[in-house]
Amino acid sequence: MVPTSYYIFLSAILFGLGVFAFIFKRNIITIFMSIELMLNAVNLAFVAFSQALGKLDGQVFVLFVIVVAAAEAAVGLGIIILIARNRQTLNVERVDLLKL
Amino acid sequence: MTPPLAVFFVLAGIGAVSLILQKHPIHSALSLIVVMIALAGLYLLLGAEFVAAVQIIVYGGAIMVLFVFVIMLLNAGVEEHTSISKMAGAPGLLLVVALAGFVAATIAKSTESVQATPQTGQIASTIGISNMLFKDFVYPFELTSFLILVAVLGATVLAQREKS
Repeated sequence: MVPTSYYIFLSAILFGLGVFAFIFKRNIITIFMSIELMLNAVNLAFVAFSQALGKLDGQVFVLFVIVVAAAEAAVGLGIIILIARNRQTLNVERVDLLKL
Repeated sequence: MTPPLAVFFVLAGIGAVSLILQKHPIHSALSLIVVMIALAGLYLLLGAEFVAAVQIIVYGGAIMVLFVFVIMLLNAGVEEHTSISKMAGAPGLLLVVALAGFVAATIAKSTESVQATPQTGQIASTIGISNMLFKDFVYPFELTSFLILVAVLGATVLAQREKS
């Protein structure tokens, strides 16, 4: 049996890489993908704890997270299309209409 | 650590690093698919078959197809880094190291209690999930359908071309 901490460590690493990609990346689509990476990391922690505690609540929560992620992806990509159409760019540094 | 487990661990890690290193968004998207497939394998090894199937169908299938479709629709090119964005990498790395250290410290402190609990793991996973989903969590489950409806409407309205 693999210790739960292995999975939690992987989850932490994936979440950290997601945070780093969120800060470092400049393409708005890649930034959006790093959010999905963070959601996946949290899902892994949910499933690992669900298995460790012998309860299924964690797996049900993962299903809800996946549903919310799907809804978020649909709305987010709609916003991205809108930005690309209005600003002709996907670089977040060029989207500075609110900047003084 | 069994061989398949190690393979999935390494694949997930490599995919996540590759997502950061790749310059073209489509390469990043493919890296993310690798991470998701690896995570689905880990879910299988954890005894969560239903979640593994949903992970591949919804995440690896639907969501990533949406991403790849939008990347191609918008003809996204190689991302450009300015000097400011390169500077953002240093504090970002610092933040991530601090975050990872904090998480690792917390795990190291509390991992004993989690491992000490008995691992039943003998529940028929999919039957148990459907029982919980349609009994204990039936209101949240119905609410998610409303959420998806709103999201679909919102996405349609947002991506619509203006008529004028």
